[in-house]
Parts: sequence; C-alpha cells; structure tokens
Amino acid sequence: MTKSELVQQLAERNPHLYLRDVEKVVDTIFDEITQALSRGDRVELRGFGAFSVKEREGRIGRNPRTGESVKVGPKRLPFFKTGKALRERLNESKK
Amino acid sequence: MSSKTITRADLASAVHGAVGLSLNDSGDLVDHTLEIMSDSLAEGAPVKLSSFGSFMLREKGERIGRNPKTGEEVPISPRRVVTFRASHILKDQVNRG
Repeated sequence: MTKSELVQQLAERNPHLYLRDVEKVVDTIFDEITQALSRGDRVELRGFGAFSVKEREGRIGRNPRTGESVKVGPKRLPFFKTGKALRERLNESKK
Repeated sequence: MSSKTITRADLASAVHGAVGLSLNDSGDLVDHTLEIMSDSLAEGAPVKLSSFGSFMLREKGERIGRNPKTGEEVPISPRRVVTFRASHILKDQVNRG
C-alpha cells in the first residue's frame, strides 16, 4: 500500500470530506510524528505501535576497501516497535 | 533531549489545527488511518509512505528460545513480524534534531 492508496481508502471511509482535506490529514499525521521524533519525543499509538529514537554512540569505523580508520560521530535513529494488537493480528491465520 | 510521549490525542489535535475538522472527527481520522495501515499489514501487504518510511513484513522461521526465568528451552513458533525502515528524510530530520 502506498500513501495515495491510504488516502484513497481513508477518503472512501469519509465521503463527507474533500479529497484535498483527506490528503492533508494524512500528511499532518506523519509530519507530526516526524517532528516529535526530531525533538527526541516518543510516539505511542496504542494497538499499532510505538516510535522512538535510539542514540548510537560515536565509534571508530573502518573503510572496508582501504582499511583506513574513520571516526563515525554519534547519531540518533528512528525506531519502531509493533504494538500488541497489530502483532497478534499478523499471526491470526496461523493459530 | 526532551522525553515527552505523543499519543493519538496529540495527532488528533494536530489534524484539528491543520485541517479545521472537529476534534472528534480528527480523532476518528487518526484511528481510521492506523486501522487502514494495520489491515494492509494483516493481509500481508507492506505499507510504503514516501518521505516517511516503509512498514515491511518478514517471515521468521521456528527457533529455540529459552525461558529466562527457568532456563527451560521452548520452541518459538514461526511468525510474521513488521519491520519499519525509516526514509532518508525521516532519518536526516531525527539526526539533525
């Protein structure tokens, strides 16, 4: 599923809204999550999952081609953990 | 670094502010969005959101786990899991802070 397919399905469930507003809704949701993570905040969407930021310390890396040592600075990475309800739905058919 | 937690209610209030729908409608739209994404994943279809990231599915085979309390070995059944791959845009934004 792509973003435009998501917008389309959301519009079908909300026929009282203009398509451009539905697009704005979807963009706002993901912009808001992006902004929260860039502030270092956690985003917890019960049933779906939680987004958080993991801190990676700097390290001395090595260029695999030349064997040269390079300093890799500390960085922050977005991380997602699947929520319980979604995790269970993924495996329903196997039970 | 702050450590606030953003929830569905915060997303609803952002939608309310940006689109001008009522808070109630905004909350419904946030819920619908997450439901549509969950439905897709539950049906085995990945969700790819340009400029945000992709929710991909991986099949994991059976493996032997251990009960950390008792040390007992237990088989972990094969299962499907979601992995999230952040887009470069999201990674850059998070790293820049």
